[in-house]
Amino acid sequence: MSTDISSPGTGDRLSEAVVMDAAHVDVSYTVRGTDRLAVRDVSFQIGQHESFGLVGESGCGKTTMALAITRYLPRNGKVSSGSITVNGQDLASLNSGALRSLRARTVSMVYQEPGRALNPSIRVGRQVAEVFEVAGLSKADAAGRAEEALRKVQISDPGRVLRSYPHQLSGGMLQRVVIAMALGAEPNLLILDEPTTALDATVEAEILELISSLREEFHTAILFISHNLAVIAKMCERVGVMYAGELVEEGPAHEVFEQPQHPYTVGLLRCIPRRGQRKDHGRLDTIPGFLPAPGEVPAGCVFAKRCALADERCTTESPPPYPVGEDRTARCHYHERAPLLPRATPEDVRLPAPDSDAAPVISLRGVAKTYTVHHDKVPALVDVDLDLYLGETLGLVGESGSGKTTLARVLVGLTPPDTGSSLELDGRALAPLATKRSREQLKGMQIIFQNPDSALNRRHSVRHIIDRSLTKLAGLTGAEREQSLQEIVRSVRMEPRHLGLRPAQLSGGLKQRVAIARAFAGNPRVLVCDEPTSALDVSVQAAILNLLADLQAKERVTYLFISHDLGVVRYLADRIAVLYLGRVMEYASAEAVFTGPHHPYTEALLSAVPSLDGAQRERIILSGEIPSPAQPPSGCVFHTRCPRRLSSGICETTEPPLAEVEPGHSMRCHIPPSELRALQQIGN
Amino acid sequence: MADDQHRESVAAPPATGAPDGHGPAPHDPLAVGLPPATAGASGAVDVSARRIRRDHFRQLMHSKPFLVGAVLLLWWIVCAIFGKAFSPYNPVNGSLLQFNLAPSGSHWFGTDSLGRDVLSRVIVGSRDILIIAPLATLLGTAVGTAVGLVQGYFGGLVDNVVGRIVDAVLALPVVIVAFLFVVAVGPSTLTLILVIGFVFALLIARTVRTAVLQERELDYIAAARLRNESGAHIMFVEILPNVSGPILVEFTVRLGYAIFAIATLSFLGFGIQPPTPDWGADIASSYQYLAAGYWWETLFPALAIASLVVAVNLIADSIESVLIQ
Repeated sequence: MSTDISSPGTGDRLSEAVVMDAAHVDVSYTVRGTDRLAVRDVSFQIGQHESFGLVGESGCGKTTMALAITRYLPRNGKVSSGSITVNGQDLASLNSGALRSLRARTVSMVYQEPGRALNPSIRVGRQVAEVFEVAGLSKADAAGRAEEALRKVQISDPGRVLRSYPHQLSGGMLQRVVIAMALGAEPNLLILDEPTTALDATVEAEILELISSLREEFHTAILFISHNLAVIAKMCERVGVMYAGELVEEGPAHEVFEQPQHPYTVGLLRCIPRRGQRKDHGRLDTIPGFLPAPGEVPAGCVFAKRCALADERCTTESPPPYPVGEDRTARCHYHERAPLLPRATPEDVRLPAPDSDAAPVISLRGVAKTYTVHHDKVPALVDVDLDLYLGETLGLVGESGSGKTTLARVLVGLTPPDTGSSLELDGRALAPLATKRSREQLKGMQIIFQNPDSALNRRHSVRHIIDRSLTKLAGLTGAEREQSLQEIVRSVRMEPRHLGLRPAQLSGGLKQRVAIARAFAGNPRVLVCDEPTSALDVSVQAAILNLLADLQAKERVTYLFISHDLGVVRYLADRIAVLYLGRVMEYASAEAVFTGPHHPYTEALLSAVPSLDGAQRERIILSGEIPSPAQPPSGCVFHTRCPRRLSSGICETTEPPLAEVEPGHSMRCHIPPSELRALQQIGN
Repeated sequence: MADDQHRESVAAPPATGAPDGHGPAPHDPLAVGLPPATAGASGAVDVSARRIRRDHFRQLMHSKPFLVGAVLLLWWIVCAIFGKAFSPYNPVNGSLLQFNLAPSGSHWFGTDSLGRDVLSRVIVGSRDILIIAPLATLLGTAVGTAVGLVQGYFGGLVDNVVGRIVDAVLALPVVIVAFLFVVAVGPSTLTLILVIGFVFALLIARTVRTAVLQERELDYIAAARLRNESGAHIMFVEILPNVSGPILVEFTVRLGYAIFAIATLSFLGFGIQPPTPDWGADIASSYQYLAAGYWWETLFPALAIASLVVAVNLIADSIESVLIQ
C-alpha cells in the first residue's frame, strides 16, 4: 500500500473548508471469522458546496464507503484503518450521542429505493415532520416546516402528499419526499446512493434537475454514488472511479471522462453505447476477465489481471495514486499509456443486413390486451400493429407501464391477447396461449427475461437447464443432444466446466448467458429480449449486447428487443417502436427515430437521457406523471404531458392515427412532420 | 429454497465473480464473471449446493438446542429399537406382589398398580409412538405436498374447492377428527397412521400452496411453459425442489404434533391398545391413583412424552432457523 505519496487532492484544496475527508480508509467485513477488505486505502475529500461522484460497477465498494461515512456499516463491518473526518470531527471518536447528532444535522443519506426508505404504515406528513421534531421543533412548527420542505422539492400539492401513505405515491414523488427529508436538517453533506436508478428516464431527469437546483439553494456538499457514468458526468464536479475497493482514478469529472488516465476508466467508458456506435460500426469494447472476489487482495495492481497494459511490475507492485494533473490522481504505473489501452474486441464487424423485402416473420395486427382489475377495464395494449423481418432487431422503448412487457408476453403466448388480435409467425396464425401452439411454433419463438435469477431454476444445474430445452424443443437425445449442448455453450462463450454449476454459483453475466443458451436451444426464428441487460453492469452489458449481435448474424434470428435504455436500443436495433400507454406512438428505422422529426414523446425521452457526449439536448420537462392506464386521457393519450400540444384543442378531443409521415416512419401525432422538424430545430 | 436465501453476511459486495488460476485466458473478451465456487483458496464466496448443505450442517452442529434435541431423540430411538433387550424387567408381566412400589434402588421409577416396572414400561413404551408418528407425518407430508402443489399451481377452481374442504376439516380440533375416525374404523396402528396423516396432509398442503404461489410467478415457470412441459413436470421437477425447505420445516414441526396427538389418543383409549406398553395409555391407567400418592406411575410416562416432544421441537426450530437465515 502506498504511503510514499500523500492523499490525493491535498495541497491548495486543503486550505478550503473540507466537509468530508477520508484518509487511507480500509473497510473490512468479518465473514466466517476472517476479515475481508471491501475498501482499500481510499482517500478523497469533499469541499464545501462541492459535488463529488463515486462511480464503479457493483461490488466495487461504493456503498460500503457511503456507509462508512455515516458510520452505518453492518455489525460485521468496520473501518479497519485510516480515518474519516466530517466537519473536522473524526468519526471513530464519536460516542453514540454525537453520532446521533451527526446523522441528524450534518450528514443525510438518500437511498436507491425510495419506497423502502419510508415506513409504509405511517403517513408521509408524520415522517417528514419527524425530521424537524428531532431537530428540536414543536409538533406544530414541524408540521409547518414539513409542508415547506415539500414545496422546496417542487411538489405542487404538498397537502395531499403529506396526507398520503407511501404506497399511494409514485416512485418519483417518493424520492422527492425522501430528498426533502434529507435536506430538512440542512445537512453539510448529502449522500445520494443511486437515487435515480430505480426510476424511469423521464423521472430520473426530473429528480436530477431537482437535485441540481437544490444544490444552488442549499449549498450542500454532495456525495453522489452511481453506476451510471453519464449521470455522474452531469451532476458532479469531481469524480472518483472505484474498482475492487480501490479508488483507481480521481479528478475533475469532465477531465476524467474526457481523458481517462486509468485503464479501468478507459475500459468502462468504452463499454457504454454512445452516439454513432452501432452493433457493426464502432463496436462496444468489453473489459476481459472478472472482478476479484470480495476480500481478495492481489499483490500488485487490483486491475492487473484484466488489463492489457499490465506487465510484471503491475502484478508485483501496487501502484500509488500518481498525480496526473492538477487535482488528479490515477493508480496506474503506466497512466500516460492508459488511453492507448488496446481494444479487447474488434471495432468493426460485418453483419448481414436484415431481410426487410421478404414477408415479415412476425406480423401483429390490432393486438390489444385489456386486464380486468376489480371490475375495471385496464387497457395495457391498444391496437398494436408491428412487423418483424428476418434477421432484424426491432427495439421497443417506453417508460414503465407503457405495455412493453405485456407485448412481449402476448407475443410468446404467456398472456392471451383480447379476441380480435391477430398474431402470425411465418404467415400462420398463432394461438393466443403457448400451450395451444404447435411445437414448431413454440421452438420458433423464445424469450430472454430481464432477471436471470427468476428465469433460471435455482435448483437445476446449467446442464439440466439447457438439456431440457434441447430435449423438449429440438427433440434431441443422447449423443446428439450432448453435442448440441457443447456447441451452444461454446457459442454463448461459456465453458464446459460451468455445466455442472447451479445459477447461484454464476455471476449475473454468466446467468444471462445460460438464459440466452436456453433460448437458442431450439434454433428459434424469433427471440424476444425483455430488458436482458438492465440488471447487469455496463461491462457485462457490453459483452452481452455484442454476443446477441453475433448470434443474430450467425443464426439469422429476429429480435424483439425491449429496453428502457435508449442508448442500448440505438446500439442494437434496426427499427424502433415507441410505446406509450399501450399505444405505438412512433415506429420507424432506428436512424429516423434518433434524427427526427420525433414524436413529442420520443423527443422528451431522448432529452431525458443524460449523455457523456458533452452537448446535452435541451431538456424537455414532461409535466406530471404517466396517467393511469385505467383512465387514459381523451384524444391523444399523451396530451396531458405533451409540451407541443396544439392550441386548437384537437389533441384533447381526437386521438391521432398511427400515420406514415415519411416512407417507413409512422407517428401518432396531429402535428405535421414539417412543423415538428421546425420545432425541434432539425436541419433538413 | 436454501440456495437463494443463503446470503453472505457481507452487506455490500455480492458475488459477482472471481478470478482463478484455471479460468479462461485473461484476455477472453467475452468471458464475464466466473463462479466464485471454483476460486477456492482465494476466499471467494462459495454458494454450491454441497457447500450450503455442509454449512447448514455445521451450523446445526454448533447449535446447542439442536444438540440437546438430537441426543434426547437418539436416546428414545435406541430405546425403541433395543429397549426390550436392556429394560431391567419385563414390561408386560409384572409381579402382582410388588404393586405400587415407590421408586427405589431396585425399581428406579417404582412399579405400577399391576406390579410392572415403570422404568421398563417407559423404555419400551417409546416403540410404537416412534413408529407411528414418523410414518403418519411422512404420509401427511407426501400427500400434503402433492395437494399443495396442485392447489398452488393450478389455482382457480381447484384451489378454491380443495381450500374449502381443508377449512371445513380444520374447523374441528385434530383430536376430535381423529377420534371420530378411530371410533368408526376401530383402533389399530394403521388407522392411527392414516388418520393423523390425513389431518396433517391438509395442514401441510396449506403451507406448500403458499410457497408454490410465490414460485409460480417466477419466470422459470414461464420458460417451462414455453417449452411445452406438462403440469406434472412443472410441479414436481421445477417447483418442488424450490419449496423443499418449507416442507422440511413443516415435517419436523408436524412430527412433534404427531407424537402429542398419538399420546392423546392413547390416553383416551383410542390409540395403542394394552397391554403393549405405551406412555399415553399408562398415564390413563395410572392418573386415578395420583390422589393416593402414587405419583411416579403418572409422572415418568408424562416426562417421557414431554421429553420426546421437546426434543423434536428443538430440532425443528434449529432446522427452521438455519434454513430461514
